[in-house]
Amino acid sequence: MLTARYIANDKLLPWLLSLTETRQVLAPVQVGGQTLFAPLDADSRLDLKGLADASAKAALLPRCETLFEFHYSKSEGVPSRTELELRETLPDQETFLFGARPCDAKGFTVFDRVYDAGTRRDIYYCSRRDKTLVAVLACTDPADTCFCNRVGGGPGETDGADILFTPVKGGFVVEAVTERGDAFLLEQPLVEAEDRTEEARKVREAVSDAMPDEAPLVGIQSKVLELFDDKGFWEGITSKCLSCGACSYLCPTCYCFNMTDEIKGDDGVRIRTWDNCMSFQFTLEGSGHNPRDGKAQRMRNRIGHKFSYYPELHDGNLACVGCGRCIVHCPVSMDVRAIVDQARDRALAKEEHVND
Amino acid sequence: MASSIDDLKSAIKEALPDLDMVIAWTAGPDPLSHTPLFITDEADIERIAWDPRCSQNLAGYLTGLRGKKVGVVAKGCDARSIVELLQEKLIDREDVTIFGLHCTGAVDARTTRKALGSSRGVEDVAIDGATARFTVAGEAKTLPLGETLQQKCFTCTGADAEVCDHFIGEHGLPPQVGERPASTLEELEAMSMEERLHFWEDQMTRCIRCYACRSACPLCVCQDHCAAQSREPHWVDQTDHPREKLMFQAIHALHTAGRCTECGECERACPMGLPIMTLKQALNRSIQDLFDYRAGTDPDQAPPLFEFREEEKNIKEREW
Repeated sequence: MLTARYIANDKLLPWLLSLTETRQVLAPVQVGGQTLFAPLDADSRLDLKGLADASAKAALLPRCETLFEFHYSKSEGVPSRTELELRETLPDQETFLFGARPCDAKGFTVFDRVYDAGTRRDIYYCSRRDKTLVAVLACTDPADTCFCNRVGGGPGETDGADILFTPVKGGFVVEAVTERGDAFLLEQPLVEAEDRTEEARKVREAVSDAMPDEAPLVGIQSKVLELFDDKGFWEGITSKCLSCGACSYLCPTCYCFNMTDEIKGDDGVRIRTWDNCMSFQFTLEGSGHNPRDGKAQRMRNRIGHKFSYYPELHDGNLACVGCGRCIVHCPVSMDVRAIVDQARDRALAKEEHVND
Repeated sequence: MASSIDDLKSAIKEALPDLDMVIAWTAGPDPLSHTPLFITDEADIERIAWDPRCSQNLAGYLTGLRGKKVGVVAKGCDARSIVELLQEKLIDREDVTIFGLHCTGAVDARTTRKALGSSRGVEDVAIDGATARFTVAGEAKTLPLGETLQQKCFTCTGADAEVCDHFIGEHGLPPQVGERPASTLEELEAMSMEERLHFWEDQMTRCIRCYACRSACPLCVCQDHCAAQSREPHWVDQTDHPREKLMFQAIHALHTAGRCTECGECERACPMGLPIMTLKQALNRSIQDLFDYRAGTDPDQAPPLFEFREEEKNIKEREW
């Protein structure tokens, strides 16, 4: 049986701050009117109300990450030759990620299947993942735009997490989910949860039961794929899209990246930065040809990847965790749920038409 | 504003047969944000919404639809963007039908959500004098406009769409904001240069480089050829350094100097809530001082930086 502890509300911040002595603690804090995951310190204003404005993905996939540093110099022996010196920059920061929501943590499982796939291991990602302990906070107040229950998750789920915090009367029940989480909790000076685990379970169940009961968005990969050539459909749903990248960059599952060398004088860095399929440059070929040269093709890629291509490759698991940030922060209020619902309905209508 | 909606629907219904589409607003997935509605079928007209949640400036779509006959619904600030696009010959007057409205103010979904505690259950929003009135799950709530409106509304220069083909409803004054919060521009003007740089570096730390500011700007017409992502020339590098991100904002502000109508879309679209319209406001103040010019007011005027005069009235170059 894994460890279960309890921490009172007024003990939470001091405890988190005590952890910063030995590691980085990332937590949702207020930064300039936004709630973002940032390193916690004594001046931080912790904000545990609702979903943070940006997802926690930067904890494992930073917006900009140095893959290595390099330096050019003239060869001492042969002056016409240029020597290149490379320096490895692997991440080594021990991190405690606190207050990620179940959807944020489930997003990490989407990355795991890509970046930690058997022999194809991305050392930068895996090294961060290994050094990061993920503590999720069960949701008690899902927003109108939340739909984790429609994409295989739930407000109290623990996929991708090591520890689960559940708000109960006066504090939080803290339960280990993985062996790693268990080993960590055993070392912490927290009191026994006792019968509060039952209260925590009831809290989670009540929230889960209160989520609107709408059609699941899983298992429809073939339906989305059937619409691949349906130009009218994709153009119709994207007429209002601005083709900016806000949805991708706020998404806990979007993991595409770009790599560039940024050089100043003889010194440079090879960096990996977030990329997004809404950008014209995403599939721009060296020839100047772009197979996805309009916003309809780009949105088809986005929806297709999340609800068709990714689940096709990864046992039906979607690349969408239902956090709804893409809906709340879209400058034109696009609704991914509505797009996928429409796609399914249209594909079904087409099938019926063929059968008639 | 609600009383105008039937007139708006009738006007659109009458015009639609001669148009390829009409762009208006409809209820969005978040109860505090309406969303654009592209009307091609008469049945869609019933879905039109018109209240202070109609924040988005629909003028931004017009350049991408050039060659089509497009109707567009516009508030005062939106109409100024259309005028600017006409002045720059980026759209054709005969192809655009403007349904002009009087705006009582546009809510900022982000600040209003925080002020109300949530956007859940918001059914109705109206602005009445200096107060925003909400119906939340059947219950009446009020907020002062200072906690509700977008920044741009506090410096509104005209709530009516001055240039339009059909004006719907009554003409009126800009929102009566009463106690308005201090603007970022005023705060910055009280700072030293070093403090200002520090302020922007601090803000830009939050920027995620999504470029929603650019994509939402009705005057950003380079879009897919933007200096922000160009490798040749390499104006901006791809690192996460706040100065690189500020460099992009400086480029954006300079590209819209003398053109920006302060519609506020850059700031509204920013998912990180960065006060980036301030940079454009600062340049607009300079443009006004130098050229006595306000963007988006007269379709027959040319923007000052589109013209060359040997001697500008307020720039006494020969006296230098």
